Amino acid sequence: MSTIAEECLDECNAVQAHSLEDYGSENPRWCKGCGDHGVLASLQRVLQKNNVEPENAVAVSGIGCSSRLPHYLRTYGFHGIHGRALPIATGVRLARPELPVIVTMGDGDCFSIGGNHWLHAIRYNINAVVLVLDNAIYALTKNQVSPTSPDGTHSNTTPRGTYLQPMNPLSVVVGMTNVSFVAQTATWLPTHLDQTIEKAWEHRGLSFVRILQRCPVFMPQAFGEGGRNFPVVFLENNEGVPIDPWLLKRGPAQAHDQRNINAAQKVAVTVDPAPMGLIYHNPELPVYEDVRHERHERPDHATFVDLLDKTLDRFTV
Amino acid sequence: MSGPSIVKLPEHIVEIVSDAGEGAQKAALAFAQLCAKSGNGLWTVEIIPSEIQPPPHTTGSASGNRIRLASRSRVTNSGNRANMVLAFNEMALLSRLETGGLADDVLVVIDDHWATHPNTAYQQSYREVLSQAKSQGATIIEIPLESETAKYVDDTGRGKNMFAVGLLCALYSKELPVLKKVIQGIFKKKSGEVIATAVTLAEAGYQYGIENLETCYEIEAIPAGTTKVAMNGNTALALGAVAAGFELCSMYPITPATSASHMLSEIFEEFGGFVHQAEDEIAAIGVAVGASWSGKTALTITSGPGMALKTEFQGLAVMTETPLVIVDVQRGGPSTGLPTKVEQSDLLHAIYGAPGDAPKVVMAASSIEECYYILSLARKIAEEFRMLVIVLSDANLATGQQIFDRPDVSMTPRRPPLDLSPVEPGALPYDWDSETGLSQRLIPGQAGGMGVTTSLNHDRNGKACYDSVRNQTGHTMRSRKLAALQKGLKRPPVYGADEGDLLIVGWGSTRGAIEEAVDSARADGISVSSLHIQFLSPLPPGLKAIFSRFKKIMTVEINYSDDKNDPFITDENRRYGQLAWILRAATLIDIDCYAQVPGRPFMPVEITDEIRQTLDLEPENVSNAVSMNTTEKGN
Ligand SMILES: Cc1ncc(C[n+]2csc(CCOP(=O)(O)OP(=O)(O)O)c2C)c(N)n1
Ligand code: SF4
Repeated sequence: MSTIAEECLDECNAVQAHSLEDYGSENPRWCKGCGDHGVLASLQRVLQKNNVEPENAVAVSGIGCSSRLPHYLRTYGFHGIHGRALPIATGVRLARPELPVIVTMGDGDCFSIGGNHWLHAIRYNINAVVLVLDNAIYALTKNQVSPTSPDGTHSNTTPRGTYLQPMNPLSVVVGMTNVSFVAQTATWLPTHLDQTIEKAWEHRGLSFVRILQRCPVFMPQAFGEGGRNFPVVFLENNEGVPIDPWLLKRGPAQAHDQRNINAAQKVAVTVDPAPMGLIYHNPELPVYEDVRHERHERPDHATFVDLLDKTLDRFTV
Repeated sequence: MSGPSIVKLPEHIVEIVSDAGEGAQKAALAFAQLCAKSGNGLWTVEIIPSEIQPPPHTTGSASGNRIRLASRSRVTNSGNRANMVLAFNEMALLSRLETGGLADDVLVVIDDHWATHPNTAYQQSYREVLSQAKSQGATIIEIPLESETAKYVDDTGRGKNMFAVGLLCALYSKELPVLKKVIQGIFKKKSGEVIATAVTLAEAGYQYGIENLETCYEIEAIPAGTTKVAMNGNTALALGAVAAGFELCSMYPITPATSASHMLSEIFEEFGGFVHQAEDEIAAIGVAVGASWSGKTALTITSGPGMALKTEFQGLAVMTETPLVIVDVQRGGPSTGLPTKVEQSDLLHAIYGAPGDAPKVVMAASSIEECYYILSLARKIAEEFRMLVIVLSDANLATGQQIFDRPDVSMTPRRPPLDLSPVEPGALPYDWDSETGLSQRLIPGQAGGMGVTTSLNHDRNGKACYDSVRNQTGHTMRSRKLAALQKGLKRPPVYGADEGDLLIVGWGSTRGAIEEAVDSARADGISVSSLHIQFLSPLPPGLKAIFSRFKKIMTVEINYSDDKNDPFITDENRRYGQLAWILRAATLIDIDCYAQVPGRPFMPVEITDEIRQTLDLEPENVSNAVSMNTTEKGN
């Protein structure tokens, strides 16, 4: 039996098992003022706080500015191809369910080219933290309209303004079967960003987090000039994302029951003011890799060979 | 009554055709099992309607099987034109006549029900089709299939097939008790009543045959002395994937590949494996890449259109040197093409289909038996070389059945647990051997090995880089792995003499038909040999030396080439068969091709005819020559 003091000491040691630097690799190449820097820092803090061994975490991404994130995180990472981060992440989860997985994608990456995978990954409900860094523009390819670009956005492919209304990805995910975690936060709300990612980390299932992300280069005007004039409402609940007092200067708080899908759907379809915090949470839903591993055990060599022999019996003439 | 006289034959090709849903496939399955159990060698081919519920009593509704049975235990292809067809109606017969797949002197056994059918249109077409067959030289035996079956069951649509298989049992002098056992096995999941009725019908069919047939056949089995299995190529692939130690198969349904995944879905979990049906082919390969990158052995199985969707991910697998196996069960293309029929048109796509220069290993299975073994080899190469290996099969192998020696399971390799020991200090994710390009991969969970695997060009450290020197190096390292593999490959053996007038070169499922054609041409004194190529990328060593000993070289492939005798086609605009294209480029030898897209396997006789034509010899037997019927009716 350890003493309380020892336990306390263990915990302190545990918290300090790794420094923040242990989770950093090279210096990020994002532009100055890019919201992606904040997401990286938040993730590093979450990994440190949860005492994750760097070799046991996996970060998967697609292609885009935002998808560079795994390069800057000192874990195992897979910087894949445009739109396809989620299938890769699903493969990792199926193969190695002991490894925590973080997925980062851009809005074009996830909602446009990767749309099919996005919907199906939510339905699979793999256990992964899925962050969409939504800057409402295609940034890496230099300023083309994205599915979430606001009405009227002038871009290189819409020089006279957009033709279509922006899509609301939140309303899409709350309509998916087996959706288990939906939250929204923004890169200009640092503590809220930290705490939202922390909540996403704690959830077992697919934690879908849309992060409104500043891109001062191609979308300086978006989100009320990077959050300054952007109407938000903070969703309030004891089990939700905590609302630090300073946040209330940015917008009011509103009581919300994130366990209630109807309440969540109502919140998700509202775009003005933008809901911030935990929109939907159901920790009881089946997780794909759990379901698959339940019926699955690797037999020892002798049993394996015996089973193969018996299977061949069925075809023996 | 003295009973029928018996004619002994070395082999026979039998077709059983009915309307879809009338059970000719079940009858064929029972007959094939009966022959297999009596020790005959077999190759079967499915005759599949292209729609799920085609209108009955039309040529489009014909469904069934072609069974080549032989005295010898090893049959390598579906053979020439059929010697016997049992048709449930005249339209099913007509569909077979139209394919040109029946011998002129074919024995037709047909239900006489339509001769007196209340629908006079049926009566008329029955008479017309039978007289067409007769004028070709067919012998017709009309049997009361419908009325005899009606004595035992109310719904004859569900009983004629068992009466038919009983009759075949008599026609081929097989033993009724063996057939009864086979039927009991086939229906073992059905009620006792269903089984009893099926057996009764088979007995009745047998009895009818013994009492009414004047002549019966006997294809005596030569004892093989080894235990045999019978299965189709997709089942062989599925069992082969298990035996090879694969742990995950990620797929999206597509004909003719899907049934391999059906088989795997049934058995894989017991072996500790997963079948993941993804939302599309892109996701299917993505899941396989993710699983393989994290240390599990993964494969994805698809057909041409799915291969097209997988190309971007193939590039990723090549760039990140993630071991992966893709099986492409080829069908007719382009686009939806001929979904259920054989073609070998994905060869160039398999080798070159990916953005940028993406060296891959491409190999092809040449028989159903090889479908079982090829995945072990593919896996070994994928892992040792950190490469993408594409295995080509096709619709002919996928749905045909072959009898072959039962695989020895004691050879199954052990699968050690993942080695997650910390990496040596200084270990790099791409520590390329500068001669062979080979390197050891790092796996998530290995302490000290952290780093990003990127689709961008990268150096030995795995770091993204954009300069010309390191881009050139990355390409060279990935390419040298193919060269290193090529050095380890064996020079392929020539089938027949080592030199001569003509060398036929083939790949994939045409092997059996080509070698049979070479045998028969050589028996006639023609100087022809053949060469089968298993590795299409890299090509095996020694080809140029082999080719230099023959006066002419010609590939035989089931894919498209322009007809060189067409006045519109010139040396400059002619498009060649795909293997010919590769071999011409690789050897600078003027290699010709016989490349056609009949939507069915080549018959050996077609290849022998082509051999004779190429060598300016008279066709051996004009009546047996088959026209390719390239001018399809408007459709
Ligand atoms: C198959 C494919 N199509 C297009 C591209 C080009 N491309 C790269 S990133 C990108 C979009 C980037 O926008 P987003 O996903 O929103 O990410 P961001 O750069 O804004 O973070 C595109 C179209 C590509 N790499 N691959
Ligand atoms: S272009 Fe925009 S999204 Fe990309 S790094 Fe710069 S600020 Fe960030």
